[in-house]
Order: sequence, then C-alpha cells, then structure tokens
Amino acid sequence: MSHSENAAPSNKLVRALIYTVLIFFVIYYLLPLYVMLVNSVKTLEDIRTGNLMALPKLLTFQPWRDAWSNAQIGVEATGLKPYFANSLMIVVPAVALSTITGALNGYVLTKYRFPGADIVFGMLLLSCFIPFQIVLIPAARILGLIGWSGTIQGLILIHFVYGIGFSTLFFRNYYAAFPTELIRAAQIDGASFFQIFRRILLPSSGPIIVVTVIWQFTNQWNDFLFGASFSGYTSTPITVALNNLVNSSTGVKEYNVHFAGAVLAALPTLIVYIVSGRYFVRGLMAGAVKG
Amino acid sequence: MASLTIDNLHKSYGATKVLKGINIEIEDGGFLVLVGPSGCGKSTLLNTIAGLEEITEGDIRIGGTSVAGLHPSKRDIAMVFQSYALYPNMTVAQNISFGMEIRKIDKPTREAAIKRVADVLQIEELLKRKPSQLSGGQRQRVAMGRALVRDPQVFLFDEPLSNLDAKLRVDMRTEIKRLHQRMGTTIVYVTHDQIEALTLATKIAVLKAGELQQFGTPDEIYNDPINMFVAEFMGSPSMNLLDCDVTNEDGLMLRLAGGQYPDVVLPAPDCDGLARYVGQTVKLGVRPEALTDPEGANRSTDRIVEAMCYIDVVEPAGSDTFAVAKIGAFEAIARLRADAQITPGELTPLAFNMSKAVFFDPATQQRIR
Repeated sequence: MSHSENAAPSNKLVRALIYTVLIFFVIYYLLPLYVMLVNSVKTLEDIRTGNLMALPKLLTFQPWRDAWSNAQIGVEATGLKPYFANSLMIVVPAVALSTITGALNGYVLTKYRFPGADIVFGMLLLSCFIPFQIVLIPAARILGLIGWSGTIQGLILIHFVYGIGFSTLFFRNYYAAFPTELIRAAQIDGASFFQIFRRILLPSSGPIIVVTVIWQFTNQWNDFLFGASFSGYTSTPITVALNNLVNSSTGVKEYNVHFAGAVLAALPTLIVYIVSGRYFVRGLMAGAVKG
Repeated sequence: MASLTIDNLHKSYGATKVLKGINIEIEDGGFLVLVGPSGCGKSTLLNTIAGLEEITEGDIRIGGTSVAGLHPSKRDIAMVFQSYALYPNMTVAQNISFGMEIRKIDKPTREAAIKRVADVLQIEELLKRKPSQLSGGQRQRVAMGRALVRDPQVFLFDEPLSNLDAKLRVDMRTEIKRLHQRMGTTIVYVTHDQIEALTLATKIAVLKAGELQQFGTPDEIYNDPINMFVAEFMGSPSMNLLDCDVTNEDGLMLRLAGGQYPDVVLPAPDCDGLARYVGQTVKLGVRPEALTDPEGANRSTDRIVEAMCYIDVVEPAGSDTFAVAKIGAFEAIARLRADAQITPGELTPLAFNMSKAVFFDPATQQRIR
C-alpha cells in the first residue's frame, strides 16, 4: 500500500494533465456538432440577431420538420425525405453486395489459392487507391451502354464495384489468420465450397463483417461525387440534395433548416458508429494484427 | 477396413520435389506410422492419402481401389488434425454430426451415431459444449469422435498428440492404441516423436527429405536399422555411433581410440561385411541399453565384452541411471541399473553387448552387414 501512496501525488498531476488535454480535444471535436444542433432548433430571427454559440431563446422543431418534408429542393418543395429514401435504396444493396463479394474473394484468395492469386489480390488492392475522378468518364460510358444512367441501380453498381477493393482487403486479411485445417476438415466431411463458406467461415466472421459494413456504409452514404455525377431526377442521394438545399440561390437562406438538414443527412452514419463502434475497433485490430 | 498401398508416389511443388518415389503397403487393420524430422514430407504424404493435396506421379490405393483424383469425402477416410480443427461455432454434438448432416442422413440416425461415439470416448457430458469450453484432452477426444463416427476404411492422424502436455500425451497414446485394438481399422499416423512411433505402430516408415529411408516393423527399425539416419533417429537416448578401427589380430578386432585413456578393444561379432574394412574406420552403433554395468548386462548372450571406460557424467533418472562415457573424441551414453555403483571421473568397466552392435560405412552411412 505504501508504494501506491508514494506514487499517488505525481500520478494525480499527470492524470490531471492528461484529462485536461483530452477534455480540450473533446470540446474541440464536439463544438461543430453543438453549433449544428443548437442552431437547428432556433428560429431564423434568433439566428440572425443572436450569437452562433448561444442557446436558443425559443425552442422550435419546425426547422427539422421543414428540412424533412417541406424544404424547397430543386423545383419541388419535398424536403429531404425522398432523397433520404434514395440514399437508403442505393446504399443498403451496395453495402450488402460489396460485403458478400469481399467475403467470397477473401475466402478464395486465402483458402482456394490458385496460380496468380497474389497478383489478383494486388490488383484488387490497387483499386482502393484509384482516385474517384479518374473513373468518372469511363463509368458514365458504361452506365450509358447498359442503360442505367441516372438510375438507382446504376449508382448501386458503381458503389458496389468501388467497394470490392476494400472489402476484399478486410476479408482476405481476416481469413488469412483463419485455420486452414478447419477448411480441410470440412472438405473431408464432404462440405461443398459454399457449404464451407456458409457453415464454417461466415459464423466466425462477425467482427470483420461489422468493420466492412461500417466502412462501406459510411463511405457510400457520404459519397457526393458519384451521386452528383450519375444520379438523375429520381435517384438523387441525400448528400446531393443537401447541397442543393443549402446552395439554393433563391429566397431567404434558412440557416436553421440547413443545419437541421445537415444533421439529418449525417444521422445514419452517426447511428452506425455509435451502435457498432467498439466492434469496428476490435475488428480492425484483429485484421491488422493477425493479417 | 482396408489395406492401403502407396505406389511410387511423387509430389512436387513446382520444381521442389517434396516426395520422391514412396512405396509403402500396409495390410488391412495395420497401424502405419510415418515418422521423420520436420520437413521430411510425412504430413504431405498424409495429405495426399487424404486427398487434400494432389499427387504428381504414382498411385494410392485403398482396399485395392485407386483413389487418386478422388475428392477427400469420397475416399472413405477420416482425419484427426494436429490442431483438432473443431468447428468453433458448433457444439460438440454438431461437430461430430456435421459430416452426416452434409450427407443428409436423417436426424434419428445421427443422434444414435453421436450417442454411440460419445459412449466409446466417454464424452457424453460434453456434447452440448462449444470447443472453446473444452480442455486440450477433451478437444482431442472430440476430434477423434468426429473421425470415429464416419466408420471409415482408413483413419488418418496428423500429429494428434503434439499439442498435449506430457502426461496427457502418454494417456492418449494408450487410448489410441486401445481404440485400434478394439476397432481393428487401418490407421495411418504421422508423428515426429519416435517413441509414439515405436509404441503404436505395426509398421513404421521412416522418412527424410522426401525419401523413404526404411519401412518395417518397430522391431526391425529399432534393432536392424538400414542406415545411420534411422539408427540415430529412432530410440531415446539415441544410438551411440562411435568411430572404430577394424584390425585383424587373431580374428577381427575393433579398436576405439581412447585418447588420454586406454583404447577400448572389442572382438568383432559375426558380421561378414566387416572383413572388407580391415585397416579402415567404421561406425560402431551401440544402443545405450547395450552398454551397461557388468552386473546389469544381459547374460543370455555370450557376446558381452567388458572394457574400461572413463565416466564423465552420471545422470540418475529414477528407473535407470545414465552415464556419459568418454571414448576418445566421442561421448557414449550407457544405461545402467538404477542402483549401479558408479562415480564420475573414474575409469569403470562397462559391458558392451556385441550381439546388438551394428556397423555403418562412414562414407555412405549405409549399414555394413
């Protein structure tokens, strides 16, 4: 006991210092969120006359209702609602497809190795580093050829293909550490390629599935460039719609509605992080250390 | 149950030859142990029998039927892996019945099979647990259960005991032997532990660098090794290999240079080949138990020769006492009775059992017969 009593004072000082720094950074990072939230529940009058940091004089949720269903976006006053739905219809299938494909790729690249497997993996990996801008025109051409320009399924295809590189990387590294003897045991038990995948591999892939889903969902939900380039009138995702809302050059700038809209657009990714954040770190570590 | 024939088997990875023409035949109900140092190709050989790896040349026949090119599940084999390879997401019962489930065998039959195997291996109380909740020995049992339930023609074991602690390893070794005696199924068993090989096998195949060194019964392998590698690899402590000069002075004599101590001179036993080596140096192979204290020597043979040796170190081991004798530049391990009176640092008479002595050509490392 005497040991810890001696060590205590300097320990406390160091801790105080650490916490001070940490609290400073927490405030630093939370401030933008605070500004967004607090101004999204003010009246426009309140924002114009008051301080950006100040608490609302009169609490109102009208900006949220407006942003969701009344705001003028493009030509119609629909609010963000239909675009939120568009984003969901694009992102959910694209995430599911790229995750499943990544898992299958990882399975084949580690457990059914074929000549040139490393080269294939290298090329898939390379796709993670290709800047979006480079593929815009070829992608537009392909979408045009198959007649999917400006459609939801067109955007699903783009996001799905772009997501394969990262999801393959995640799953390959995870499955590299998965014991090959288990696959062999299942082969002797007579299980087929897909039976092994579904019955042996997938049930043990929880952490890496979470990582991949979070990663793909955040990237695809937040995507602006592909959305702006390839979406049409009925397939505009929420990020593009938000931009249209905020950059609208007619009428009064409704800052409170803009703030509310921005929070609405960010909400799904926030929820995904909060719900599964700890699996994210765990899964990334597992892949990194073992792979 | 079936015999297993490995016929001129070659296996290469690109230009690397891993197995170079292996010929082994084991009878129905035999227990074949593949033994050798790591990297000798024994696990690869087992994997080719299982069908987990393709063969480059040659043939493998189970019960007279070629299985080359057949999928592992079609070869009627079962395998126990070194890491046990239990499916982590399934319970013990599901692990055991997974193969039957894949083959779409109905549930009552599966339940009955699980019960039968659990009964044999005494793992009834573990059936609902997950592999992560089992100890090493229990996992080992479950892995054997998964193999047993298939009732295959041939069992394949890939170093199944190497992950267990010493005590458990001995227990499980006995268990495997008992299982084999009861079931009478053909077994192929890979190990690097020569004691496991000697205790379990009906036939041993010693491999080194992808080549079959010797194939025979444990007795043949132990007492009649074909070359220096087999002689040294099998047995613990390993066989003493000592340089000796062959001389012809009133019959063939072997002279072991003693350096600062007197030379050890032994009359050569009946060995026709030795005559050709007069005036040359050969390797004398003596197992530690054939080099003992004169009172403890086996009196049933008249080939016991006593010689004075300098004792360097004495290591009591409970049941026996091991003594390290210095003979010239060589150290020879002698196995004495536990109560043998022996002091390190003294010249002591040791009894050489020359009926058990073997000789090797130092250049070719092959046996002189």
